[in-house]
Amino acid sequence: MNLVTISGPPSSGKTSVILKTAAALMSRGLAVGVVKFDCLYTDDDELYRKAGIPVKKGLSGQLCPDHYFVSNIEAVADWGKKSGLDLLISESAGLCNRCSPYISGIKAVCVIDNLSGINTPKKIGPMLKMADIVVITKGDIVSQAEREVFASRVNAVNPGAVIMHINGLTGQGSYELSTLLYSVEAGFATLKGMKLRFSMPSALCSYCLGETRIGEEHQLGNVRKIDLHEEEPHAAQ
Amino acid sequence: MLHSDDIAGLAVADLLARFPFMEAFFRDNGIVTAGRERIRLADLIGEREAEDRGTDGNRLAAQAAEYINRMLAFLGEGEQVTRITILPGRDKSGQPEGFETLEIRTSEIISIVGPTGSGKSRLLADIEWVAQADTPTGRRVLINGAPPDPKWRFSSADKLVAQLSQNMNFVMDLSVREFVALHAESRMIRDADSVVERIIAQANELAGEPFTPETAITALSGGQSRALMIADTAILSKSPIILIDEIENAGIDRQRALALLLSEEKIVLMATHDPVLALMADRRLVIKNGGIASVVETTEQERSILSELRALDAQVLEYRARLRRGERLDTAKEGKEAVHA
Repeated sequence: MNLVTISGPPSSGKTSVILKTAAALMSRGLAVGVVKFDCLYTDDDELYRKAGIPVKKGLSGQLCPDHYFVSNIEAVADWGKKSGLDLLISESAGLCNRCSPYISGIKAVCVIDNLSGINTPKKIGPMLKMADIVVITKGDIVSQAEREVFASRVNAVNPGAVIMHINGLTGQGSYELSTLLYSVEAGFATLKGMKLRFSMPSALCSYCLGETRIGEEHQLGNVRKIDLHEEEPHAAQ
Repeated sequence: MLHSDDIAGLAVADLLARFPFMEAFFRDNGIVTAGRERIRLADLIGEREAEDRGTDGNRLAAQAAEYINRMLAFLGEGEQVTRITILPGRDKSGQPEGFETLEIRTSEIISIVGPTGSGKSRLLADIEWVAQADTPTGRRVLINGAPPDPKWRFSSADKLVAQLSQNMNFVMDLSVREFVALHAESRMIRDADSVVERIIAQANELAGEPFTPETAITALSGGQSRALMIADTAILSKSPIILIDEIENAGIDRQRALALLLSEEKIVLMATHDPVLALMADRRLVIKNGGIASVVETTEQERSILSELRALDAQVLEYRARLRRGERLDTAKEGKEAVHA
């Protein structure tokens, strides 16, 4: 079985891209399944079911969604294998822009859209910078110039990635993406022992443990203070 | 090919001196270099910052090397695309397409006709992906008569097709000048100021109503926006093929717009059912059931219809201009006759 992790900011078009791409894969006779990770709510699983795609969903609730992902991905991969899938696609929203759970040796795709603004590539962390493939959506509603500027900004923060333009409505470009997602050589036996591409953010403070009161005396553990000096050392230009 | 070890030890100042375009790399990655010119590339990201960003100096050096290699390839004199060739595949029922080989050269206009869902998007995607019998249609696309370089698929700077379609908008909050300058910068244009001036002047030629470089792009009218998009794409986009999905006949001189694209050595593909545009093409592709059913040459007789249609078109534009000036349409024209192109 192959596994591909697809992530991207909310509403960037991940589900549309996956639905169109899965259709192209299924027309080649491949068994495709999806696991959808989200935070509080999703009904995307219904869309996958309607398209005849086996799907599981996981809601992280009050836990950090990326920690939740990494604690569950092994079991989900086992489910995919047991179900006889050729390709399992994991879909997760990058909620804090700091990270998304890419695994070394497992293909990683980041989906972002042209409407999010040209400074967005700069704002997104490893989720964009460490992806193997960056899919840019919603190109049909912005000018050619903005598409080119956006793609060049993506290239600047992740020069090694393959950048693809996909129209989630018509599916233009999704067949092409599908050819990059599955290969016999990319099959693996188990995720056990594999590693994340980068560490999860460190966050263990009193608020992680249920504290609700505001004030210095209630803050314990890993706490950082905002820099209110006149000159910011790392201010963006 | 540059490797990260070749540059990791270089000071920022030396790196910028050798590769001036690295300024954009640092800026787009949110890395401040002012006052840090003597610091080595590998030391630019401190430990704390590395954790925050989920990256470190070595990775930055590797990314910088990759970026420099790509930029050098981009700035090098690439092969000029002068023709593309499409070799037939199959339609949705598996029937062979209705043409032998289709060769399209620069400064040629091809129109694409057929109902929605007939396979226009697939054709375009085949061209964009330079299909090699590896898409559902089985078509093959050649560039300058030969199988294509993989860069046409995978390099973000070398895209074969630029697209202009009806429902496109400007979403940035910039003036016309700032906007075009930003695009010019991303294309690494040397003489950016004069190119920007030229684009704005051309766009004003195409638009019914003039606008200034200081106008906000979001405040442009539909016609002005299209005029700016076309002038900008014609002059600044590196893509040799321009796909146009209908140009609405409002507030823009469409014949001039096409003439501008052709003068910039582009191959123009136009999905349209507007007879004025369709007949301006040298040939038209008839798409049915997912395949190209036939390739129709525009005949002399069809062209004679075109001149009638153009006269009508000019008449409508003239009426529009008079309405805009506050004149009446039922009285004799003042001044010179309407220009019939």
